[in-house]
Amino acid sequence: MIKTIHCNEIIQAVADLCLQANLELPRDVQNAIEKAKNKEQCALAKEMLEQIQKNHSIAKEQSLPLCQDTGTAVVFLEIGQDVHIDGGLLYDAIQQGVAQGYQEHYLRKSIVSHPWLRTNTKNNTPAIIHSEIVAGDHLKITLAPKGGGAENMSSLKMLTPAAGVEGIKKFVIQTVKEAGPNPCPPIVVGVGIGGNFEKSALLAKKALLRPIGSRNPQEENARLEEELYQKINALGIGIQGFGGNTTALAVHVETYPCHIASMPVAVNINCHVARHKTVIL
Amino acid sequence: MPISLHTPFETTDLLPLKSGDQVTISGIIYTARDTAHKKMTQLLEEGKELPLPIQGAVIYYAGPCPTPPGKIIGSVGPTTSGRMDSYTPAMIQAGLKGMIGKGKRSLEVQRACQEQKAVYFATIGGAAALMAGCVKSARVIAYPELGAEAIYELEVENLPAVVVDDCYGNDLYERQDQLSSPS
Ligand code: SF4
Repeated sequence: MIKTIHCNEIIQAVADLCLQANLELPRDVQNAIEKAKNKEQCALAKEMLEQIQKNHSIAKEQSLPLCQDTGTAVVFLEIGQDVHIDGGLLYDAIQQGVAQGYQEHYLRKSIVSHPWLRTNTKNNTPAIIHSEIVAGDHLKITLAPKGGGAENMSSLKMLTPAAGVEGIKKFVIQTVKEAGPNPCPPIVVGVGIGGNFEKSALLAKKALLRPIGSRNPQEENARLEEELYQKINALGIGIQGFGGNTTALAVHVETYPCHIASMPVAVNINCHVARHKTVIL
Repeated sequence: MPISLHTPFETTDLLPLKSGDQVTISGIIYTARDTAHKKMTQLLEEGKELPLPIQGAVIYYAGPCPTPPGKIIGSVGPTTSGRMDSYTPAMIQAGLKGMIGKGKRSLEVQRACQEQKAVYFATIGGAAALMAGCVKSARVIAYPELGAEAIYELEVENLPAVVVDDCYGNDLYERQDQLSSPS
């Protein structure tokens, strides 16, 4: 059976997601911050975590965005192959929803139309859209506003197979260390390994959407997640770079088969305002 | 208990501060980002007057969200201070006493803080609704055409911050680096 979804419904859903994602963090992120606060040894860092939680309550009560950088709108689509879109083009509807959401809800517009000519597009479009065709008759839309501070500290390297898993660890740790206080720690670290150049980057970004506390189902990957998590938190960067034992709330690793000659590694860093919100139509 | 500070700053207000101290800042502060800094340092070079009273002033590196109806200001957290580094020594020379932002500063800025007795504070990146709650009044005083990057005069009450670079050449981030790097 084919299910028909009208563009107007998509526009409205996306506009709503823009607001919701920017006002309230997913439960798992909130829990991770609470857990970090209870564990934190450094008094200054503990106080900073309390202020972060206070920010969550004020944002919710006052309907103000958690962070003034309401980000690039990154949209992940899961399109069931039994879905028919009516009334226009799917991608146009997504862009219109983002434009409407950012304008109506007083979110900051941070997108410029050209990398060095830099004229603001004034409605935060274009969004960056990643889509996947899946089985079923649903349309799943996830909106993840991504701030510039943390995105700027992300990195990708084409390692050779000889570098091995040690080379991967070294690169991830080095990226986090160099980022220091700039991505607004505590951070979430998404690591994409394998595939090719662009696949690794996409894996890293998608890894940021996984619930905090979840482990990659493949044992070796889960082990790497745990080891990186321990090592990153031993760096002592801490909340906002002020020191202490919470630098990362989570490290998520995703892998994919790759060419005999390569071993791409992408590290995408997210700040503690690890926003994403999903709706299923 | 955080140390409570009132703007504009005098050197004597800043001498007791040590990197790592928690403070709250109240009084008038001014927002400015990259473009506003570029314009202001240009004015200084030309010997012209700045759009804000620079003696003892505090600049907040921030570009707020649009102000929703019925609110004083939109969310207004700190931006990365390092982007202002190249302009900052001249601003300190002209009388700037305090800066609020997030992240590391250059050695030149740290040195200027030490020599001219100015202080760099950090607030929590991402705690922008909390910061908005500290703002009691807001108005654009220069460069309205820059939108979020215009210069706002903000009256703040108990804005929480941490001393990063004090007047004695100490840097909070560097101290953490030394504590944490075994090799
Ligand atoms: S990195 Fe995140 S928390 Fe920091 S300013 Fe950007 S969006 Fe906000």
